[in-house]
Amino acid sequence: MNNLKEKLIGNGFFLIALSTLSVLALITVFILIEGVPIIAKVGLFNFIFGMKWAPSQGSFGIFPMIVGSVSVTAGAAILGVPTAICCSIFLTEFAPPAVSKIVRPAIQLLAGIPSVVYGFWGLTFIVPFIRNYLGGPGLSVLAGSVILAIMILPTIVSISEVSILALPRQYKEGSLALGATHWQTVRSVLLPAAKSGITTSVILGMGRAIGETMAVIMVLGNAVALPKSILDPARTLTTNIGIEMGYASGEHQQALFATGIVLLAIIMLLNSAAQIIVQRRKD
Amino acid sequence: MDNRAKISIKNLNFFYNDHQAIKDVSLDIKYNEIYAIFGPANSGTTTILKAINRMCDLIPGTRSEGEILLDGRDIRSPDFNITELRRRVGIVFEEPVPLPMSIFDNIAYGPRMSGIKNKAVLAERVEKSLRMAVLWDEVKDKLHSPALRLSGGQQQRLCIARILALEPEVIMLDRPCAALDPISTFQIEESLKLLKERFTIIIVPHNIQQAARVADRAGFMLMGTLVEEGDTDRMFVNPREQKTSDYITGRFG
Repeated sequence: MNNLKEKLIGNGFFLIALSTLSVLALITVFILIEGVPIIAKVGLFNFIFGMKWAPSQGSFGIFPMIVGSVSVTAGAAILGVPTAICCSIFLTEFAPPAVSKIVRPAIQLLAGIPSVVYGFWGLTFIVPFIRNYLGGPGLSVLAGSVILAIMILPTIVSISEVSILALPRQYKEGSLALGATHWQTVRSVLLPAAKSGITTSVILGMGRAIGETMAVIMVLGNAVALPKSILDPARTLTTNIGIEMGYASGEHQQALFATGIVLLAIIMLLNSAAQIIVQRRKD
Repeated sequence: MDNRAKISIKNLNFFYNDHQAIKDVSLDIKYNEIYAIFGPANSGTTTILKAINRMCDLIPGTRSEGEILLDGRDIRSPDFNITELRRRVGIVFEEPVPLPMSIFDNIAYGPRMSGIKNKAVLAERVEKSLRMAVLWDEVKDKLHSPALRLSGGQQQRLCIARILALEPEVIMLDRPCAALDPISTFQIEESLKLLKERFTIIIVPHNIQQAARVADRAGFMLMGTLVEEGDTDRMFVNPREQKTSDYITGRFG
């Protein structure tokens, strides 16, 4: 009797676990069914490298959006990654316990702010700031990068912090006992040793940045053109879907799903890179 | 043997928060001798080593009273440069953990951190240190492979070599052979006997036999107090204190 109960429970959990997997499979299959025909029609090369996006005229080129996504994400990484890594070093190595007790949850809290709030804040604060002091329309790659840089902080800080804290205590003791200063120890021993964890955190942060939609729609300007400078507006893959899905139909809608395929492929690539790095560290 | 004290500990008291780990210990360690500090677990032996090069500063809630003089200067005074102290007084920990880098970089780490950049100088230091730690022949062909791949005994000798590369004045070893097989232990003890020509050595042995084998003089610690000290030849044959006698004959501990 007891044995049967155990079995039922085990199988029940297995089914529930399976259902989450099937949702992933379902979404992927659905996006593929909807999106692949238009890619086949336009041609993969023309779809990805086409410069012109004019769905009403039958032009489906998403290259400007790919450039938009990549540049905003790269900008976020340039601004956010050094900040986040310095932050995690400070929290693990230099902050007095009283300070890290406040700073750590504060950074985690950043992850809880809804992205529309980030977007709204960016629109009313960062966009005018850029317009007034740096020029251009303000709605720009730079504005998007700044917002995303803040949004990826919690991801990178917490994962980097964990990987620094997971290092054997003896690394630090050994280095200090060899007459290295605290900072030399951090720079020459702890950071290199935590490299794979930190790299993983950066990749996951970038995955988050490239997938972000709402905040980016609000501050990016959404013009379908190659941005010539960081002060130009741009459109990302995500915002392309977000803006046009409301009124798209037929081939236009299919093209948006195809945009989703490209996005999914990029994010899967980033996540598997992170997985591989984590795996390699274990070996 | 030079008869002056290299390190002179006077009335040292050491506390972890409320717990007193060392009680009024005074002892002198002379130039170029091997001094063994031995005793059962938790008797304060490791704490003394960590107090001498101030590794204990890393542990929150510790404080000390008394004097620890290195060549007559108190290492506890605030103007004593800690990194300089640790270069002059090197420590080899109980668990040998090389840094996660190549064998060469492990040894060159200390000199590099002290500002030596010249490659020829570093290479020479690395070879010299590995030779002194009797490890050179085993690793000379794989200096640039990861140090963590070495065997336990090799890692321990690597940890000794990286301290030697600092060209310290005093070397302290905390149970350096606790996790090693008899052959590795023998190799390390042999190299210690050679090293004392050039360095002052303090060792916390993992058993009494090791103290008897390598040390010139020894101090017996029990529950934070120094029960007895003296020449090992005399002490292990003819201890003055009953407690020492009980311990070395295996009646407790």
